[in-house]
Amino acid sequence: MSNEKVLEVRNLSKVYGKGCAKCFESTGPEHNTNICPHCGSIVAAHDISFDLYKGEILGIMGESGSGKSTSVKNLFFDEIPTSGQATFFDDGKQYDLFSLNAQQKRHLRNHRFGMVYQNPVLGLNFNVSAGGNIAERLLMSNLTNYSEIRARAIELLRRTEVLTERMDEMPKNFSGGMQQRVQIAKALATNPPLLFLDEVTTGLDLSVQAAILDLIMEIQRESQTAMIVVTHDLGVIRLLAGRTIVMKYGRIIETGLTDQILEDPQDAYTQRLVASAL
Amino acid sequence: MSNQANTSDIQFRQASVEYNFGFLDEYAKKEVRRSVLKAIAIPGYQVPYSSREMPMGRGFGTGGLQLTLSLIGKQDTLKVIDQGSDDSVNAVNLRSFIEMTCPGIDTTTKVSEANLIQSRHRIPEQALREDQVLVLQVPYPDALVVVEPSEDKRKIMHGEADYSRLLVKLYEDIVKFDEITISHRYPTRINRHYVIDSSPIPRWDVPKMNDSRALILLGAGREKKIYAVPPYTLAEPLEFDDVPFRVESFDDETDKRRTCHRCGCDHSFLDEFVDAISGEKLYQCSDSDYCDEQLKARSVKQGLEG
Repeated sequence: MSNEKVLEVRNLSKVYGKGCAKCFESTGPEHNTNICPHCGSIVAAHDISFDLYKGEILGIMGESGSGKSTSVKNLFFDEIPTSGQATFFDDGKQYDLFSLNAQQKRHLRNHRFGMVYQNPVLGLNFNVSAGGNIAERLLMSNLTNYSEIRARAIELLRRTEVLTERMDEMPKNFSGGMQQRVQIAKALATNPPLLFLDEVTTGLDLSVQAAILDLIMEIQRESQTAMIVVTHDLGVIRLLAGRTIVMKYGRIIETGLTDQILEDPQDAYTQRLVASAL
Repeated sequence: MSNQANTSDIQFRQASVEYNFGFLDEYAKKEVRRSVLKAIAIPGYQVPYSSREMPMGRGFGTGGLQLTLSLIGKQDTLKVIDQGSDDSVNAVNLRSFIEMTCPGIDTTTKVSEANLIQSRHRIPEQALREDQVLVLQVPYPDALVVVEPSEDKRKIMHGEADYSRLLVKLYEDIVKFDEITISHRYPTRINRHYVIDSSPIPRWDVPKMNDSRALILLGAGREKKIYAVPPYTLAEPLEFDDVPFRVESFDDETDKRRTCHRCGCDHSFLDEFVDAISGEKLYQCSDSDYCDEQLKARSVKQGLEG
């Protein structure tokens, strides 16, 4: 881990619905809701601020509907935030993420970010082969040599332990764990310095989960990739994340070193969460 | 016989009196011309226009026809080709419709004599000149339609020149068949930005669009789009660095180039057909005018020699 900052997020908010002046003051953990009682808008995330450093894995933990996925989707440009700022530091350059134009966004998404979704259907194109999926990302980054694309796809699939003999098969023929590996291979294709992992192991059986978590740690060690891991699984957080953010009703309620949060939780909600799992 | 000729002659004259020159009203023509100017200004960009109802089904060349009718004037000489031939049903019908509604124009089957050429499937073998305009009829204008069903998203993809998914299709072709299997409508990048669907022309004709001397206009009546490859503009078929674009091969089993059984030409796009009597496979120039020219040149040469 180093002191090199990769991402700086400040006061990120996302409201679904028209919103009103009282939205933020009448939602959140102290009100036990994220639906504004005045206008009915959903405050999915509010006032989210954090920093991410090179080679670091940051965990975002919370129950479903707490806004953890929403926060990540905003950073990956899948959604447009209502307000807030995010700065991405790359190769000595700074990008103010939410003021970029569509082409700049697409460039960052295709070249510098990687995303692994819980559901492979979102991250993979099921109409083309596993190799084709990786090729797509390489082609997006303007690699136009067929044999180089092929060689790189083989290398990536080997690294994520997908049998390379099956690279020309359609992803639908693969098991869930294998689809997830192909998705990771696709996300890694351009060697991105920032990777988003949204519930990557949810719904997989334990042995497959373990193998995928091993793979993620290996990637972190070898490539010093900064990652944001969204999960509701405390085991995943304990294994992967150095620092953790706990969210509830769209707000950050606790943040700190993972060990600290799991061993000595301060907030009542976190205490309950940790106690129920361990 | 003479009676029949008379009636059709009367109908012919009536039609030309009752309809505006070029069938379309002047506002419609003006709109098409304006779209053409925009299409030329942004090479490869599909300009939407309000395609008019024509007295034939959409998909029968109405896009090309509206372009031709908007551009043609009394001083022009027109050639109409369908599948490379001037004599196929569609070409004959389109030509007689244009003759009927544009009294005073000349029509020809010779490429060299025409200054306006409407075509489907083929770009003439004979190189076009700067003073000629080629109008192509297009069934599917958008090359991205095979990878993205939503037009909204396709427009964004075109705007951002995001053609990676089209290249993935080529990649998948090479994986499965060791070569790119697109035979016609080959996606072609114009002026280093927009990728167009090159109408149903075979791969053979794609290189002819590059740096063409003639203006090439493409019209899709059903899809309501007009786009252009202006003269002297870069037109590059999509390809990989190490798997280059190739045109169709007409070599036989012994790697010898097949020739046209009629004119003996060994450098034209050939059609294959089976002789009804002998059952033998025959090859003939797809461009009938070019075949005639070659035949004439050959007989002149033989005449000189003999």
